[in-house]
This record gives sequence, structure tokens and C-alpha cells, in this order.
Amino acid sequence: MIYGYLCEFPSASALYSAAEKVRDAGFRKWDVHSPFPIHGMNEAMGVKRSILPWFVFFGGSTGTLTGFTLQYFTQVALYPTIVQAKPANIFTIPAFFPVIFELTILFSAFTSLFGCLALMGLPRLNHPLFTSKSFKKFSDDGFFLSLERRDEKFDREKTRAFLEEMGATNIELVEESDSA
Amino acid sequence: MANGTTTADGTAPARMEREELVLNKRSYNWITERICGVIEEPQPFIWWLLFIPSALIATLVPIGLIILISTGVGVWGNNHPVGWGWAITNFVFWIGIGHAGTLISAILFLTRQKWRTSINRASEAMTLFAVMCAGIFPAVHVGRFWMVWFLAPVPNANGIWQNFKSALLWDVFAVSTYFTVSVIFWYLGLVPDLATIRDRATSKIKKFSYGLFALGWRGGNRHWNHYEMAYLLLAALSTPLVLSVHSIVSFDFATSTVPGWHTTIFPPYFVAGAIFGGFAMVLTLMIPVRRIYNLYDLITPKHIDNMAKIICFTGSIVGYAYLMELFIAWYGGNKYEIAAFRNRMFTGYYPWAYWCMMFCNVVAPQIFWFKWARHNIVVVMTVCMFVNIGMWFERFVIFVTSIAQDWMPGAWDKYHPTWVEQITFLGTFGFFLMMFMLFIRFFPVIAMSEVKGILPQSDPHYHEPNSDGAEPQPEEVKA
Repeated sequence: MIYGYLCEFPSASALYSAAEKVRDAGFRKWDVHSPFPIHGMNEAMGVKRSILPWFVFFGGSTGTLTGFTLQYFTQVALYPTIVQAKPANIFTIPAFFPVIFELTILFSAFTSLFGCLALMGLPRLNHPLFTSKSFKKFSDDGFFLSLERRDEKFDREKTRAFLEEMGATNIELVEESDSA
Repeated sequence: MANGTTTADGTAPARMEREELVLNKRSYNWITERICGVIEEPQPFIWWLLFIPSALIATLVPIGLIILISTGVGVWGNNHPVGWGWAITNFVFWIGIGHAGTLISAILFLTRQKWRTSINRASEAMTLFAVMCAGIFPAVHVGRFWMVWFLAPVPNANGIWQNFKSALLWDVFAVSTYFTVSVIFWYLGLVPDLATIRDRATSKIKKFSYGLFALGWRGGNRHWNHYEMAYLLLAALSTPLVLSVHSIVSFDFATSTVPGWHTTIFPPYFVAGAIFGGFAMVLTLMIPVRRIYNLYDLITPKHIDNMAKIICFTGSIVGYAYLMELFIAWYGGNKYEIAAFRNRMFTGYYPWAYWCMMFCNVVAPQIFWFKWARHNIVVVMTVCMFVNIGMWFERFVIFVTSIAQDWMPGAWDKYHPTWVEQITFLGTFGFFLMMFMLFIRFFPVIAMSEVKGILPQSDPHYHEPNSDGAEPQPEEVKA
């Protein structure tokens, strides 16, 4: 089974202009692989801004509520605790702010991490691209473009010609093991 | 305009020459080889020379703690009135050191200071180890260590909950959140670099273990999109967090009524002091690392210069705070406050500590006003050592002198640490250095993916210099 094409470009700027062409050709299931995030690549690929901030907003709000409920219920509702001559009622809320704040940050940070992983579809133990020997260079100094067979526009001959025309080198057909 | 095009009247926009952050026009591959080389090649002799003694010194921590826990808190020099001695001093000292790491990784990220990329990884790691050292002290100073779970928000046997109005409980939340968020931030930043090591690994164990933690990273832009957003969000979350942590630490004192502690200036003063001491520790660690592993092209004089400037700036803020404390003590007219500061400076038990702090923190960093001093490694290292010492003394002066002589002279008592406290504190230095050496051994000491991202050729609109070897024209290079 074929996974798709993998090809290489010499530099970040070459990859950038190739991405613009692939986007304009109407491909959908493709990606570029680079050792660092390339500035402006989202626009060149036509990828939308990440929706992660929404996740984090709700995660953080959960933290705020947790902080408030934890303190209000334990200090005021469940067991009114009067210390340092401070009354146990809703007006003592300023004393609860530090913990509310810290829990907001804590929950937001966890949502950032796990939300990001969920959106990326990681962690995963293997991927067809890792069968390619040359792909290893992506984390060093290689700039790659991968086009999946699942894309509607994918055609073994035409797509290859399209990639060659853009100046891609090392074009290879990546195999996918059948069990995957 | 953003792409360096010409202005309306057709001339190229005027711009100042920027100092390069990676010297000698190094390639991506050079960066990978040099930084992965630190992990892949056998460690130099000096690594062992630092690692083995620090690992041995680190064993003093468990020894000191076993004596403490099995015997009782009386093995420490704490007395009445000094219920908080070295334990709290060391706690605040270590937690303060951690702050520079978060400042470099978060605040300098938000303010787009690209020079942070060469030093952020190591300073974040330093943060984690410093917070670990800090965490030891509040956990064991409770006396009955097996009751330490009382700190956690769980009701005790009588159904009574913790007092959430206490600054000490705020501290528990602040420090544990700080540690957790720092770990997340550090780990997320590591993922692309772990993938680099995975892709270069030759042995099966290395491939598996780095591969596991690299999470199957493929460097796809559809991933970078979410990754960069997560990194930005974590930076934006860490920035108020780092300011809050040391503010809350200072509330432990500022919310009390003890003369010398009861001061509204504490939160900003503590935060500035933490950044000050933290940067000194970053330099103390990074200057030797740069030399041992020959990272001169990545950690350049420009980086050291910038950090020295921050030390000079925050040192001046700290100096201002010291003087303002004195001014308010006099201007406020509270005789206990005046007496507290008179004792601190002249007539008390420890005036030598006060003047040591003054010299190390306020006088010594002023030399960084001069460029030659910021560019002289010996001067920089010396000043950083002064700052490391001075910041410890600052905490000692604030905490111990204030309670050793508080209200009634009849209750005064001098505090002196016992050998158990001394070996425990010494042990934390061993632990800190040992962890840092292990970090160098197993993790990329510089964030490769971030440094690669700031090279001029990483800009998608960059064009190669002309074939005659001429420099690229200014309008072709994006600032």
C-alpha cells in the first residue's frame, strides 16, 4: 500500500514557494516538514490558525471555578473557619484570589499541553514517513513536503510530474505497511 | 514594509546593523552536530570532575534529612524567636534562582528577544533543579514530616480544612503550580530536539527512549501550527505566574506584623531580586558550559552582555528597594521599624551580613555600566559570584535579623545554624550541580530548533548572497 510522495527542497524559501503552489493546486492532505517552524508557512499552506486558545480558555475557566469552589465550600460552606479574626463569608474572597489565580494557570497549562497533543494527533509510536531513510534529515537541516495518496487529487504520474516541475529532489514513494 | 521593501519615496529604510546571534554564519547541520555532539561524544574529563564530587556532596541532603526527621527539628538551630532560620532562607534563595529561567523562556519570548534561544533551554532546566532544591526545605521544616500531607488541600481527621486565608497555603499552591508549569514548558520545548536526537541515534535503547519522549514528532507544519500556539500560550501563562510566585513568597512575610517584614514594597522587590539572582546563576552555569563544550558561536559576547545589563538593571532596582525600606522606616516614624533597621545595619546581631549583602548586590553589579566589564569573562564571573552570595545574604538578613530582635528585648535571641542545617544546605548545591551535569549529558543544552529558526536563512523570503560572495543587500534581509 502506498502512503504518498515524499520529496525534498533545498531551503526554507524553496519550501515556502512550493507550499504556495501545492495550496493553489488544491491539495488537502499534505504537509511540509522542517527542522523549525517557518514564519508565514500557515498562510503559504492555507492552514487556519490553531483553535487551541479556545481549549485553553475553557480549561482555564475550569481552574478558576475549581479554585473558587474549593475555597468557598471548605472555608465558608462546609466548615466556617474563622482565623486571624477574618470572618468566613463571601466577602473574604480577596484572600482566595491567589489560589484561584494559581489554579487558573495550572489548568490552562495542562490544557495547553494536552490540547496541543490532541490537535496534533500525537503521541504516536510510528508513522509511514519514518520508513523513509532520507526523512530523518527533517530534524537536522532537511525541508520536506509530503503528499498523501488519500488526497482526491493524488495521481501517481501527474503528482510526480507536478513535484518535479516545482524543483523537488529525492522524490520517493513511501510505502505503508498493510497492517497500519 | 515587513518584507524589507522600499519606502514610499523609493529609498531603502534606514536600519541599524544588528549583531549576529550565531557567529561565523553557521549552517543548520553545524548547529545539530555541535549540540548533539555534547550528548553523543564521550564526556570530557572535566564533566566527571564536576559530576562525581557534586553527586557525593548531594548525598549530604538525605543524610541531613534522615537526622532531622528521625531526631526532630531540634537538631536545627531554630529557637524562640527565630522559628524560621536557614530553612526559609534557603527556600527563598533557591526558588528565586529559578525565576530567571522562566523570565528568559517566557517574558523574553513575548517581547521577541531572539537572543533568548541560546540560553533558554539550560535556564529552564536550571529552574527545575532550583525549584526541586527549594521544595526540600518547606517540606521538612514542618517538624513532623509524616504530617506534611496537611499542606495539601485534604481535610484532616476532624474534618477541618486548611486555612486558605494563610499566605503559607498560597505558597504551597504557587510553588507547586510553578514547578508543574515549568516542567510542561520545558518538556514541550524539548520535543523537536528530542526528535533530532532520535533521528541520529545509533543504538536501539537510545532510539527507543528518545523516540518515546519525542512523541513521534515529524516537524510537520500542521503540527508546528498548534505547537507554536501552545508555546505562546504557555509563555503568556508563565509570565504572570513567575511574577505571582515570588510575590506570594513575599506575602509570607509582608502579611505579618513583624517590623522589617511588614512592608508593601516586598512583592516587586522580591521579584526583581529573584530575576537578579537567577541571571547571575544562569551566567555562573553557562559561561563554563560555553567553554567546556566550545559553544562560543552560539553563546556570544552579545548574550553575556545582555545578561550583564539585566543584572545591572535588576541590581539597581534591588538597591533602590533597600534604600526605600530605610527611608520608609525613618519617614513612617514607627519606632519598632526604625529599631529593626538600626539593628540590621549597626547595632544588631548580624550587621556584617547586611553590609555583605549591600556590597554584593548593590555595589558589585554597578561595574556592568561599563562595556569592558560586560565583555570581560573574569569580571562577569566574579560579579555573578558576588550576586549569588549576596542574594543568599539578602534573604538571611530579611528573615533572621527581623525576628531575632523583634519587639521585646527580653525575647531576643541569637540564631546560629547547626551542622545539620549546614550540610543539608551544602548538599542542595551538590544536588543542583549533579542534576545540571546529568541534564547536559542527556538533553540538548541549547534549543536547536529555536536557534535554527533565528538564522537569517530561515526566513522564507531570504535570498542567498550573490555568487560573488557579496553580502545580501539590506532590502533582501528581513530584520
